[in-house]
Amino acid sequence: MTELRQRAAREPDAASEDKELESEVKIDGETASDSESRAETAPLSTSVDDTPEVLNRALSNLSSRWKNWWVRGILTLAMIAFFFIIIYLGPMVLMIIVMCVQIKCFHEIITIGYNVYHSYDLPWFRTLSWYFLLCVNYFFYGETVTDYFFTLVQREEPLRILSKYHRFISFTLYLIGFCMFVLSLVKKHYRLQFYMFGWTHVTLLIVVTQSHLVIHNLFEGMIWFIVPISCVICNDIMAYMFGFFFGRTPLIKLSPKKTWEGFIGGFFATVVFGLLLSYVMSGYRCFVCPVEYNNDTNSFTVDCEPSDLFRLQEYSIPEVIQSVIGLTTVWMYPFQIHSIALSTFASLIGPFGGFFASGFKRAFKIKDFANTIPGHGGIMDRFDCQYLMATFVNVYIASFIRGPNPSKLIQQFLTLRPDQQLHIFNTLRSHLADKGVLTAAVEDE
Amino acid sequence: MISLFFLIIYMGSFMLMLLVLGIQVKCFHEIITIGYRVYRSYDLPWFRTLSWYFLLCVNYFFYGETVADYFATFVQREEQLQFLIRYHRFISFALYLAGFCMFVLSLVKKHYRLQFYMFAWTHVTLLITVTQSHLVIQNLFEGMIWFLVPISSVICNDITAYLFGFFFGRTPLIKLSPKKTWEGFIGGFFSTVVFGFIAAYMLSKYQYFVCPVEYRSDVNSFVTECEPSELFQLQSYSLPPFLKAVLRRETVSLYPFQIHSIALSTFASLIGPFGGFFASGFKRAFKIKDFANTIPGHGGIMDRFDCQYLMATFVHVYITSFIRGPNPSKVLQQLLVLQPEQQLNIYKTLKTHLIEKGILQPTLKV
Repeated sequence: MTELRQRAAREPDAASEDKELESEVKIDGETASDSESRAETAPLSTSVDDTPEVLNRALSNLSSRWKNWWVRGILTLAMIAFFFIIIYLGPMVLMIIVMCVQIKCFHEIITIGYNVYHSYDLPWFRTLSWYFLLCVNYFFYGETVTDYFFTLVQREEPLRILSKYHRFISFTLYLIGFCMFVLSLVKKHYRLQFYMFGWTHVTLLIVVTQSHLVIHNLFEGMIWFIVPISCVICNDIMAYMFGFFFGRTPLIKLSPKKTWEGFIGGFFATVVFGLLLSYVMSGYRCFVCPVEYNNDTNSFTVDCEPSDLFRLQEYSIPEVIQSVIGLTTVWMYPFQIHSIALSTFASLIGPFGGFFASGFKRAFKIKDFANTIPGHGGIMDRFDCQYLMATFVNVYIASFIRGPNPSKLIQQFLTLRPDQQLHIFNTLRSHLADKGVLTAAVEDE
Repeated sequence: MISLFFLIIYMGSFMLMLLVLGIQVKCFHEIITIGYRVYRSYDLPWFRTLSWYFLLCVNYFFYGETVADYFATFVQREEQLQFLIRYHRFISFALYLAGFCMFVLSLVKKHYRLQFYMFAWTHVTLLITVTQSHLVIQNLFEGMIWFLVPISSVICNDITAYLFGFFFGRTPLIKLSPKKTWEGFIGGFFSTVVFGFIAAYMLSKYQYFVCPVEYRSDVNSFVTECEPSELFQLQSYSLPPFLKAVLRRETVSLYPFQIHSIALSTFASLIGPFGGFFASGFKRAFKIKDFANTIPGHGGIMDRFDCQYLMATFVHVYITSFIRGPNPSKVLQQLLVLQPEQQLNIYKTLKTHLIEKGILQPTLKV
């Protein structure tokens, strides 16, 4: 039993992520049987058998080769179930979850930095890293929250001052951190301290900006949050399965386990999945409507008239597919067309985020980012492909979907000087008159 | 160098913009070269190309965001430019992604760590140099005085702190820079405030310095002509009693901008030096004497500009928080992009608001 447990302890390490072998390039996709033969080579970091006791006992009679598969499978299902629960609980909880994930990712990457540079004892550094995280979060949350909670903010006097001088306050807070850093420079450790400073900033750039774009997307409508994330997860799983069953040609030297079959199979499967999922979700208001803060009820509401994107429209099918399906037209939501773009990005570019993270782990000779999730590694391991997805969705929405926010424009308008207001008003009036939208009858209302 | 500065100012804002761009490129080049030397990674495959490519991408993004605002009329005329502006974010993101994917594909087994280091180094450098230089250009567009007074305050602080330290220096300021002294610091502070005050007074008189830079489509060039805002009109301030006794006057005529210049000079003297300490620490950490040898006797461009790091950001934040509201032409631009129904709704809301405020007469019909 103990030997089985010991083999199992090395199994997750051997079978889960890329092994750092200098010589060969794998011809076959790495299967569980191959990894067994390499279980003898010790992993570079000491492995901890963190599979929970209960799972160990339940799976103890399976051969160790499949045990790892089961561990991963069960944890995957647990994470997916967790995902559904969170969606059910609503946008506020989602926001808090995103923030927690962000803090955990930040913590993981910073810890790696400490380990790489053996700099855990640098004076002040831990405090400063968390302080910078707080500052940057304060800045971003301030910018987004003021937009969405405009009426609430205007009511409370202290909040109003905070939001009016928000940039100035954030900048001052950041400056204080910067000055503390300069004052904390110690002669022997200059280089290390600068490295950690740079490391912290790059981490903040990646982690915090992404999580805020995720929250922006969330506020557009929960569907813009759920569909991209599920596409990335689906692509991960599908590419793994296709690679497991059909994998033959390796994709990139960086990740020997990835194969072209997995890549292409995952691509098609993800596009189909995205189409189906968006069809299912576009029917429900709670997913489709922008999240708004209702001041009367003092809570978030998702109630609105669904926009054109989420209303069924008839599309005529091109001839080539007509003969296959036997229908001339099909009813689809326009959003499904967009979901094809999102799924394509998730399948084609998303993996580059994964390769980046693999390269990062190899560069710094770590196996996983952390050991938070048994069998899967840390939170970062799960989220590495999401890096670019959130930015892409945000840029996509800003470029193709929505225009500027009308209520925000009115807000800005009201802060202008009277002569500027008049000028804009007159320009708008002539523009509308030119377009024929503004008639004398409308003018008299 | 100071005469070069004056010459450039004379040539106008467009030249200044080019100059800022040139300085930014040179600073980027200097810091990246240091990175190469530190990591002995000059031969990394693709890396030089990728660094310059990222610099280009980020510059394209920032210039697109600012230029589109200020050149609205010019841009509306040209069809291709309109397309570029509308999908600007998407295009910039696509360009950046192409660079990112090239980086991932260029990872070579033996050099993983080095390549990641250089990637991060490039990004931090971009963050520092490119964002600062764009804030400088935005300040410039507010009015050349917002560009000149801060930069001269920093330079003045540098020079006067050095002079005070030279003549009166005794108590060292910080272990990081043994040459700095408290006497220099405090003396520099007071002289910079006075200098800023006087420079602000002199420059506030000229429309050339005070007006926001605008692009006139008829003339096809930059013009700085306007009605100076309240900030730049002389106002009477009553002096506090103790100054009254000293100066034997009841009131003094000042430009309100001079009060702001005190804030700017204070920042330049108190926090600006931290930028200098940061750069000194950086040089000691990486055991280099100067950033480069571009200017004989003074080191590289970065050495001259290290104290300006934070100044540009501060001035920009200051302007957005305390001076100006949102940019009217930008609001108009966004209005014109909306759907006609939304425009109509906004129009009605605005009309009611303006009538309430008495700005618009209800009977006015054009």
